[in-house]
Amino acid sequence: MQITSPTFKANAHAALHDAHLQRALGNVRSGFIGKRAKAAKALPEFEQLRDNAKAIKDHVLGHLDIYLEAYEKKVEDAGGKVHWAESAAEARGIILDICRMNNARTVTKGKSMLTEEIELNDFLEASGIQPVETDLGEYIIQLRGEHPSHIIAPAIHLNKDQVEQDFRRVHTEFPTDRDLTEPQQLLSEARQVLRQKYFDADIGITGANFLIAETGTSIIVTNEGNGDLTQTLPRVHIVIASIEKVVPTLDDAAQILRLLARSATGQDMSVYTTLSTGPKRVSDPDGPDEYHVILLDNGRSAMLGTEFQDALRCIRCGACINHCPVYHSVGGHAYGWVYPGPIGAVLTPSLIGVDKAGHLPNASTFCGRCEAVCPMRIPLPKMMRHWREKEFERGLNPAVARYGLKFWLWFAKRPRLYRLTTYLAMPVMGLFGGRKRRFRFLPLAGGWVRHRDLPAPEGRTFMQQWRDRDTLKQDAHA
Amino acid sequence: MTQAASPPPRVGLFVTCLVDLFRPSVGFAAVKLMEDAGCVVDAPAAQTCCGQPAYNSGDREDTRDIAKSTIEAFEDFDYVVAPSGSCAGMLKKHYPGLFHGDAVWEPRAQAFSEKVHELISFLTDVLGVTQVPATASGKATYHDSCSGLRELGIHGQPRQLIASVKGLKLAEMADADVCCGFGGTFCVKYGEISNAIVEKKAANIAASGADMLLAGDLGCLMNMAGKLKRQGSGIEVRHVAEVLAGLTDQPPIGGK
Repeated sequence: MQITSPTFKANAHAALHDAHLQRALGNVRSGFIGKRAKAAKALPEFEQLRDNAKAIKDHVLGHLDIYLEAYEKKVEDAGGKVHWAESAAEARGIILDICRMNNARTVTKGKSMLTEEIELNDFLEASGIQPVETDLGEYIIQLRGEHPSHIIAPAIHLNKDQVEQDFRRVHTEFPTDRDLTEPQQLLSEARQVLRQKYFDADIGITGANFLIAETGTSIIVTNEGNGDLTQTLPRVHIVIASIEKVVPTLDDAAQILRLLARSATGQDMSVYTTLSTGPKRVSDPDGPDEYHVILLDNGRSAMLGTEFQDALRCIRCGACINHCPVYHSVGGHAYGWVYPGPIGAVLTPSLIGVDKAGHLPNASTFCGRCEAVCPMRIPLPKMMRHWREKEFERGLNPAVARYGLKFWLWFAKRPRLYRLTTYLAMPVMGLFGGRKRRFRFLPLAGGWVRHRDLPAPEGRTFMQQWRDRDTLKQDAHA
Repeated sequence: MTQAASPPPRVGLFVTCLVDLFRPSVGFAAVKLMEDAGCVVDAPAAQTCCGQPAYNSGDREDTRDIAKSTIEAFEDFDYVVAPSGSCAGMLKKHYPGLFHGDAVWEPRAQAFSEKVHELISFLTDVLGVTQVPATASGKATYHDSCSGLRELGIHGQPRQLIASVKGLKLAEMADADVCCGFGGTFCVKYGEISNAIVEKKAANIAASGADMLLAGDLGCLMNMAGKLKRQGSGIEVRHVAEVLAGLTDQPPIGGK
């Protein structure tokens, strides 16, 4: 996908003027926040679980090599094959090799943000292999030639009527006068279309929510069951996961699972939690003949030991995105790459470079709602600030902002001069505020007054008046 | 509360640059509230800004310089109080981290930060104030500013004191705890997004039916007042301290 993060401001402008998008974004605010709050409140040990989950991931990140190698051994004991990939290109190459060896024509896919990250669909199509997205949201955006705008609700930027139009355009095998006004009807039609594709697929590709080191198991959670069909029906199952997905034990995964769906959608659990360990055994009634796991780094290991390591605790629940007022305003596509919202503002600069993604950590009010709801207690605002520090050190932030700041600091570091200047300036500015006590226009304050009035200062500064009061007091005592 | 025999607590008022420059009456309201509660208050002349604009722009070195002079100016007080959750949060939660590993300044910043409080929570949680003698009329709605709410846990304290103001009713707005879109320099750097956020806030304020908007941070108040006034709203906007202190002779923020 084309990276458009450098034009974040223009993307945001377009998004704010997109009536369809603005209507759809209302669903984020109304759909997730209350449900998450209710689910968290209903579980007395929720906060304790957050502490435990953080501790589990911190421990893993401190011993990642050990757990990944332990996981690899268990996968191979179960008859599977682990492939290590350092980059997106390497991961794509491994997948293509597996496809070629199996003469694959079509692959079904469970929802996987990692395959978005490595641009797998475009690559497979260019190689003559048809990828079929099986998650309803992913399926819809694949029909539209778009990318996900949210990590758990990829088509959240769309409204029902837009999806209906797409289905009528693409699903020409159905009667034109069919009723598609209800979401259930759309879902049912997508299911009918997808059912045959599961049987036709040569390979199924899924992501992973967790990799279990003690058993060599991968776990995915879905609400539609599409992950099960993707990984059990085709002859070959490929799991692609980034290296930080590993946890030591099934118990560890179980603890974090109790947080995942609650934080994401407010469900106690996702409808399907699917575990897969190796290929079909002799006694198994079904399952794939071949089982591959691709462990992808793609920039993660470079985050270890840095101020951005904590972001690797992320379990991709989307809570930070769901609670972000900036995301609520501009949606996911404006962020310009795979991961939107607060976690995107931290991960994107790490994975594609802060020179390209510099806007993202700046486009935050630091309201802190993301950190407040993050089940893994990732200090997102703090890490966005770290990115701002990197940008500042490298002189990447705009010159106007730099010089404005330096000008302000020059005064702020000289209290006497600061006092004198403000003693003189504020009463004058106060006077210009007029009877209305506000400015509709003000030179050098265009960024403010374009959208709102600027309240006028009262007049003499507090410190000036305070000095007078002190003097009066002393005179009274004298 | 302090016992009668012990000397009254000496409080350094960190007035904040916005209150100093734009709304001195908030500073005097803060002084009145604390003096009424038995404190001796002074505002040292060496204070300027808490350094947050530099800190949030990624300029740690200049932030450290400002933090040092702030700490020096306030070290001798029993308490340091700011009429802002955002600035108090900066002093309390972020200053120590600026000096991580510095043998001299880290402990100094730590000791300083322990004395820092936001005004309203200082009144209720430290001084034990449960009510104020002020009177007002009409319906007020209260916006929870983000730093105060999430860094310092300020939520019930201002509501408790507002409830004690005779003649004033509290009408909660929807999403009172959602950001107003100010965000310091964010509101200028990403003005369009900031505007989209404050438009939602203004709609919630209007829908509450209140005739007065209160909050504990002047940055947020100026942003919300600016939007409401641009929309032609007649809702009065004030810092919560002004109403609690009964000092409402100044026109509201952004005028009537």
